Amino acid sequence: MEVLKIATAGSVDDGKSTLIGRLLYDTKSLTTDKLEAIEKKSKQLGYDYLDFSLATDGLVAEREQGITIDVAHIYFSTANKSYIIADTPGHVEYTRNMVTGASTSQAAIVLIDARKGVIEQTNRHFFINNLLRIKTVIVAINKMDLVDFSEERYNEIKSDFETLMRKRDYKGQNITFVPVSALKGDNVVNKSENTPWYSGNTLLESLEKINNEDIYNTGTPRFPVQYVIRPKTSEFHDFRGYAGKVYGGELSVGDDIVVLPSQTTSKIKEIHFYDKKVETAARRSSVLITLEDDVNISRGDMIVKANDLPTIDKQFTATISWMDSKNLTSGSKYILQHGVNKVLAKVDHIAHKINPDYSGIEEGVDTLKMNDIATVSFKLNKPVFYDAFKAHRTNGSFILIDSQSNNTVGAGFIQ
Amino acid sequence: MKNTASINPLENEAIYIMREVAAQFEKPVLLFSGGKDSITLVRLAQKAFYPAKIPFPLMHIDTGHNFPETIEFRDRLVKELDLELIVRNVQDSIDQGKVKEESGKYSSRNVLQTTTLLDAIEEFKFDACIGGARRDEEKARAKERIFSVRDDFGQWDEKNQRPELFDMLNGAIELGQNVRVFPISNWTELDVWSYIQKEQIEIPSIYFAHTRATFLRDGLIWSADDNVVYREEDEEVVERLVRFRTVGDMSCTAAVLSQASDITTVVQEIRNSTISERGARIDDKRSEAAMEKRKQQGYF
Repeated sequence: MEVLKIATAGSVDDGKSTLIGRLLYDTKSLTTDKLEAIEKKSKQLGYDYLDFSLATDGLVAEREQGITIDVAHIYFSTANKSYIIADTPGHVEYTRNMVTGASTSQAAIVLIDARKGVIEQTNRHFFINNLLRIKTVIVAINKMDLVDFSEERYNEIKSDFETLMRKRDYKGQNITFVPVSALKGDNVVNKSENTPWYSGNTLLESLEKINNEDIYNTGTPRFPVQYVIRPKTSEFHDFRGYAGKVYGGELSVGDDIVVLPSQTTSKIKEIHFYDKKVETAARRSSVLITLEDDVNISRGDMIVKANDLPTIDKQFTATISWMDSKNLTSGSKYILQHGVNKVLAKVDHIAHKINPDYSGIEEGVDTLKMNDIATVSFKLNKPVFYDAFKAHRTNGSFILIDSQSNNTVGAGFIQ
Repeated sequence: MKNTASINPLENEAIYIMREVAAQFEKPVLLFSGGKDSITLVRLAQKAFYPAKIPFPLMHIDTGHNFPETIEFRDRLVKELDLELIVRNVQDSIDQGKVKEESGKYSSRNVLQTTTLLDAIEEFKFDACIGGARRDEEKARAKERIFSVRDDFGQWDEKNQRPELFDMLNGAIELGQNVRVFPISNWTELDVWSYIQKEQIEIPSIYFAHTRATFLRDGLIWSADDNVVYREEDEEVVERLVRFRTVGDMSCTAAVLSQASDITTVVQEIRNSTISERGARIDDKRSEAAMEKRKQQGYF
């Protein structure tokens, strides 16, 4: 079954949790006991409607304050697909959660309150989804019931959003709009009678039409070696296999390959998946590869096709999203994890920072604080084998780890 | 069709995570309860390292209140796959005075497991504990990371978790800390059952419909095993055709009426079910925040 991961973005009170709850309810994904819990709690809080946000807000503090603090994962399925929603909070201070949620998603829902229209945060939500090159963005204009399902208001917001779109870097993004009322259920799963002027898809219909195959980039297989498997049993005495996941394109038995960083050439001898041998390792499959020649390979090395090498360099420039309360400063050092490969990285230079309202850039900065997004150049102690994020989502991204706290403090997208 | 490797994204992800554990940690362990989720983990670990053996032991925190079928199954699996099994008993923690046995109608050893688990982690210096928890099970679990860092006291700081981006897993920790790893985080109950069906994985018989002496309480069906499950005298014992959807401590796991006697009918039943899996777990019903509280303290 296909699995589609969706990130959601919306400001506080835009009704994001309610929308997700509505999706669950109308797709009959809420079980009786969960529904009863929501009914009970809604009554307790004195609501005369079912508060679907109670289906997702998971931590005590969230329920107390009625907000979402951390990325929650919600699951539902239709006959057609399995869905995983990364529910990310909309507060200004939680940009990092949005980047996190979007990094594993193939589609995004951006929520706009029909009464408020496009606001500064909408800018941010769209910018991040565009930065992370999310292929499909569905703009759900919510709370249509509170603007009398006005076509005029809908078009006004749509046109404001289209103005934002002109500035986008990733032009290949598919963007569609849908007028909804999450609370009342209009155009979420079921077509609304209140919007006769709208002939497009409901939110769920749009999700159902997304073709998973389109999402992952193709053509350039990259195979980072995760783990070397040497059984040392009598049956597999000299067996030496390289375990990893294939990214980008597929690999087949007989392919001419190069091992990085040693640049040794060889051919793929066998591809194993558990106890069977296969001809081809599809994109995103976790396999075990053996080579024709005896090559010295360890974790962090990369197997690529001989005619399609990545860039091999000890420096690069990247867009980074800073996620730690401790600031990033020019000259500071971090552990840079690129796939499964770890190197030391030094911040060489902060070229510029994106303004908090995404209206432009600010130059001459030498520190970044939490939630800042900036263009930064790095120097590394060892070469990494990378592609630009634009060309290769997996091989063009990395995380930064603070060597003192061990925390993941930033995410980067190589330019 | 081309002869190709797995196209199940959830399986590929779980295998990737298993391999990251083996590569990033010195002393991993797989927490094995004998339930379907941990049995699935064992199969995924086999797939991740074949033709080599699974490079870490299994550990069972035994409440002493297990279904006998589960224990028998556990021992057979370990023998067949030539795995190392560590067992630590909640009874020992009770005897040592570290925890106190609960009493009364809703008493259970489920919460007590935490102490035994944390002691065992310290005893063996485990730095990564692989568990079968899934995000779809419960609201607090929905916020759990794949690599979830626990401090020296085994505690979960849920508001201060490391962001997890793309599929890069950061397992860097201090000495004394450990990471809980959840390879099937993104699986749903139905995904697990479908996988068991497709892979023809053997599971304990209590997952299938069988006749059992039971009694009713709070609308749930309980196994009438007087040694484990507390029963009032007026709670009438009746033989019913039941199965279990989740296999935890006997004292907090209720049965469901079912005719599903094989994997095909079980999958069908799950597909059509209107009650959630943990709906039959009294430990979650104690309060809305029950799971979150237990997790903060180091529960699995």
